[in-house]
Amino acid sequence: MDNSTLIAIASILSAGLTMGLGSIGPGLGEGRAVAGALTSLAQQPDAATTITRTLFVGLAMIESIAIYCFVVSMILIFANPFWTHFVAEAAGK
Amino acid sequence: MRLSPDEIIFWREGFFKLNATIVYTWGLMLVLTVGSRLVTRNLSLGLTRSRWQNLLEIVVTGIAKQIEDVGLHHPKKYLPFLGTLFLFVASANLCTIIPGYEPPTGSLSTTAALALCVLVAVPLFGIEEQGLGGYLKTFAEPTIIMLPFNIIGEFSRTLTLAVRLFGNIMSGSMILAILLILTPFIFPIVMSALGLLTGMVQAYIFTILAAVYIAAATRGREPRTEADTTIDA
Repeated sequence: MDNSTLIAIASILSAGLTMGLGSIGPGLGEGRAVAGALTSLAQQPDAATTITRTLFVGLAMIESIAIYCFVVSMILIFANPFWTHFVAEAAGK
Repeated sequence: MRLSPDEIIFWREGFFKLNATIVYTWGLMLVLTVGSRLVTRNLSLGLTRSRWQNLLEIVVTGIAKQIEDVGLHHPKKYLPFLGTLFLFVASANLCTIIPGYEPPTGSLSTTAALALCVLVAVPLFGIEEQGLGGYLKTFAEPTIIMLPFNIIGEFSRTLTLAVRLFGNIMSGSMILAILLILTPFIFPIVMSALGLLTGMVQAYIFTILAAVYIAAATRGREPRTEADTTIDA
């Protein structure tokens, strides 16, 4: 097995792992946030605008953790620096 | 598969490249500035006003209200900066319904530039409001032990601002491209509608986070009068 094959295997595996493991935490977090917001909405419907605004901002901040994982996995698959390095080296030979 | 509109190059002359990000950013700037110039050319104070003036008034007062809700008590002062951020990001994301358009916010260069603007603007507003010593003192809050963490936080939140906007918009167009291969009939339309919603929410969040950072840097001063503080219904 040459270097580029190893890099391809490692990149694809870790891209999948990044996405899979990285979405567990934000999923749990978003669930908790929405549950808390729904509880407080049921208790205080008057504060709906404030709760909704804070919920949206909070959700987007939690979601951005999953987005970072997505960005990393996309970089691993489509813009992998090690892959391009070895491909350039192989082309140079 | 393209990761960002940076890779579409329209024109090249030696070192200078004119890629899709720059072209669409210039286009948006042109539309926004010329549009606002045309609308504000003849403003009326009376009861009869043009529908475009109504639109702009709704947008401006809405942004000012949101900025005030975050805790900045004089929204007029921050409106030019935060409003521009919101209008640019929102229009960049909403224009994705135009075929052939690539959102410039889907490129890390654009979002990094916007986040750097926030990084520079926050200390400027803070120093203007509290003076240099007062602003530097906010880094040592609540204790002096927090000083390095506050300084790291200043830079890491710039990074997260940039990557959050980039990641959301890029993932939207990436998922759309994948879905077009898998189920090209109905589903991409639903996802692009969701992408419009995400784009709007991200524009809102970018602005609100910038406002929150500015509010944190300027919070030393208490509101001048009781009438300044609005009670949120």
